[in-house]
Amino acid sequence: MSDPIQAESAEARAEKLQGLGCERKRVEDARFTQGKGRYVDDIKMPGMLFGDFVRSPHGHARIKSIDAEAAKALPGVTAVLTAEDLKPLNLHYMPTLAGDVQAVLADGKVLFQGQEVAFVVAEDRYVAADAVELVEVEYEPLPALVDPLAALAGDAPILREDIADKTEGAHGARRHPNHIFTWEAGDAEAAGRAIDEAEVVAKETISYQRVHPCPLETCGCVASMDKVNGKLTVWGTFQAPHAVRTVASLISGIPEHNIRIVSPDIGGGFGNKVGVYPGYVCSIVASIVTGVPIKWIEDRIENLIATAFARDYHMAGEIAATREGRITGLKCHVTADHGAFDACADPTKFPAGFFNICTGSYDIPAAHVAVDGVYTNKAPGGVAYRCSFRVTEASYFIERMIDVLARRLDLDPAELRLKNLIAREQFPYTSALGWEYDSGDYHAAMEKALATVDYEALRAEQRAGREAFARGETRSLMGIGVAFFTEIVGAGPVKNCDILGLGMFDSCEIRIHPTGSAIARLGTISQGQGHATTFAQILATEIGIPADQITVEEGDTDTAPYGLGTYGSRSTPVAGAATAMAGRKIRAKAQMIAAWLLEVHEDDLEWEVDRFQVKGNPERFKTMTELAFAAYNQAVPGIEPGLEAVSYYDPPNMTYPFGAYVCIVDIDVDTGVTSVRRFYALDDCGTRINPMIIEGQVHGGLTEALAIAMGQELAYDEVGNVTGGNLIDYFLPTAVETPAWETDFTVTPSPHHPIGAKGVGESPNVGGVSAFSNAVNDAFAHLGLTHTQMPHDHWRVWKTAERLGLTS
Amino acid sequence: MAKSTVSLTVNGRALEALVEPRTLLIHFLREELDLTGPHIGCDTSQCGACTVDLDGMSVKSCTVLVVQAEGADILTIEGMANADGTPSVLQEAFREHHGLQCGYCTPGMITRAYRFLKENPDPTEEEIRFGIAGNLCRCTGYQNIVKAVRAAADELNSAKEAA
Repeated sequence: MSDPIQAESAEARAEKLQGLGCERKRVEDARFTQGKGRYVDDIKMPGMLFGDFVRSPHGHARIKSIDAEAAKALPGVTAVLTAEDLKPLNLHYMPTLAGDVQAVLADGKVLFQGQEVAFVVAEDRYVAADAVELVEVEYEPLPALVDPLAALAGDAPILREDIADKTEGAHGARRHPNHIFTWEAGDAEAAGRAIDEAEVVAKETISYQRVHPCPLETCGCVASMDKVNGKLTVWGTFQAPHAVRTVASLISGIPEHNIRIVSPDIGGGFGNKVGVYPGYVCSIVASIVTGVPIKWIEDRIENLIATAFARDYHMAGEIAATREGRITGLKCHVTADHGAFDACADPTKFPAGFFNICTGSYDIPAAHVAVDGVYTNKAPGGVAYRCSFRVTEASYFIERMIDVLARRLDLDPAELRLKNLIAREQFPYTSALGWEYDSGDYHAAMEKALATVDYEALRAEQRAGREAFARGETRSLMGIGVAFFTEIVGAGPVKNCDILGLGMFDSCEIRIHPTGSAIARLGTISQGQGHATTFAQILATEIGIPADQITVEEGDTDTAPYGLGTYGSRSTPVAGAATAMAGRKIRAKAQMIAAWLLEVHEDDLEWEVDRFQVKGNPERFKTMTELAFAAYNQAVPGIEPGLEAVSYYDPPNMTYPFGAYVCIVDIDVDTGVTSVRRFYALDDCGTRINPMIIEGQVHGGLTEALAIAMGQELAYDEVGNVTGGNLIDYFLPTAVETPAWETDFTVTPSPHHPIGAKGVGESPNVGGVSAFSNAVNDAFAHLGLTHTQMPHDHWRVWKTAERLGLTS
Repeated sequence: MAKSTVSLTVNGRALEALVEPRTLLIHFLREELDLTGPHIGCDTSQCGACTVDLDGMSVKSCTVLVVQAEGADILTIEGMANADGTPSVLQEAFREHHGLQCGYCTPGMITRAYRFLKENPDPTEEEIRFGIAGNLCRCTGYQNIVKAVRAAADELNSAKEAA
């Protein structure tokens, strides 16, 4: 054995693998730092034309006429498509992920500002933009419905004439033309009884405003129909390329083997790129019609006003407790604004996502939740903005309700949480709303967080500050926000999670090359999460090949195994598990080869870092590199040549990452300016694959939480104009507004995941929003304030101070 | 539309081109010169993804017409590497300190940081945050970008001292 690597200690060899737990630098970065990333708008093809939309300026209007003649006459314009052109193909409506239909191009009526009315195809983006201006559309404005709480009123304008007489929707009965569904979980009677009999009940209506994920790259695609081969290829910003392929086949009738979907590098997703949008459909149709590739790239305003949204949940809650602070029951009714078409991206059986995680991290014996989805004149396409389906809404609801209850009980919010957190010995814990939490040690996390920030001292400082404020010595109020969250991610078990009938498993296929390097392909797709780095680490540990010798490839449906994509923190819990399981299949075959080469029984071998060695005789071994070569070079009796494996992993349960966050703010009551003095985030995502990447994910998620809590809002005026639909008005924090983040962790491995990992990318958004909002509310708590609505921008905070008589 | 001739230098290469007067520099770089490193992230000059260096200043190339760049010397991310093709100190610092995730803002961010460190070779954390405030990042929360810029400053400064 002359190879020096083989003479090294197990520890030294393990370190060289760069496997689980190491801060491996990212393999993606070389191309990104040198401008060599390849995003969809970088694609250039011979003969390619550009598509652009004519969009509705109205929130609600009847289309009286469309005159595209001037546009068509403009040199360089190839085509102008309207709903009338799509009708013969039956493509003027497309099915949505939520069991509704959505107009691809407006059919007689527009239902939200920015809705797609016509699709212009031209030789370049400038000519396309000129042509858009030349399309004359005559509208008859109709009254707009922008308040979801008024959607079901008797005199509300009826929005969806196409389904006005349908009394059954995809999720049961509809009781009003603007009603989409009612969805319930829990025991209404038990929750009602708990509240009726309670010593203390706190009530509050918690609104989570409409926001948008706003990744830095907007959505877009290049569709290319090769008429000779009958093959359609679409490169696009797809978080779920395989699902797009299946949907494209079902909609277009093109056999699925003749469709290839490719997600190139994606410039951030955060949920925005899960859905199927009219731009994709129009580009495909235009490519079929013209026979040349069509590129469609939306601009930022189009992205913000028309391509999906998030939240818009209006949650009326009641929480019951004993006088000592033991929570006895919880009720919640949600009015969910789904916009003009129900195109929310949720697992099929969950029209309100996993909102029934809203008992949070607390042992609440009785609970009931009901969600009414309604149509309004707003953009469709509700997505989970850096969270699992409706989990930030649920977490925000319970974390605000706990604070409201704490004020009511005159208890410290942290103390109330500690009293009611699910205890370690209660796991696996089945909640009153039906979820089985796999694992947790909540008290340890909470106590560590409180000790690290010296919570007692902070409260003492706050008391002193309030006294100084009362004496007129300062104009600043300090707020302390505590939040404890439990996520539910990794959808999910096929038995209850599917999208359009496609079970939410995920996959990994591994090929080991003769010289001992490898390629792994997955059904997921990175949008910045660093999959090429971290999945190689999982494999390095499983199969003993250095991570640097493992290529990870995703996003091409012609080569990658079928998977449901990347969102809802499902990549690590599901595809990460598939990766480990496929690795174990590789190892099992390698073990058989090793047994034959070493002339021992398989059971006499043990795995050690990068090799199989004979038990009790570690000098006799075969490394994975040697076994890889043998797989291609030796005729091993009874074993096929080659070394490949594939795993389709159907997780037995979701995973439940959790964490404890503490935020400290200082509010200038005369300006409403809220400074984040300190933010401490403790996350428990189970086994940690790459601490550097975890920390980066937490930084980014907290910054998005800051944006949502402190400024983001897609508001609508009374006629349906979007206010805030561009980056002048829509708040994306710069480096100046963003504080330095302090991260920490505990490790409670998932008991059912092959490597114990739970997912982390979305936790900071789920926990962060509550922590910021709790801090702002807390600053005024001594004056009787229990709740103010987000976003806590300077104006709103100043208005709160003014209302409380604090402003000068 | 009548076209105009422009002469400019991009990443050290002098070139002449015939463009529509309304052509934005970002579209010219990306679509005519195939320099797809600079990106487009907004319509309103907020995001900085299209940042390039123009005559020694950071500019958002979505807000510059190519005809305005007549005679200009432009540097994009593609021109940032060392002469031997290896990544520059700044590019390497972003990788080393995990200053990027999806990579979309990265070319603009590094191009801005390059100019910023020439303007202020020894910045405080606060100065770095202010110096890159014209460039939005949705992934990193800036913390590791700030770290990367500071680390690059240290390395560039010690290289200067050694020289």
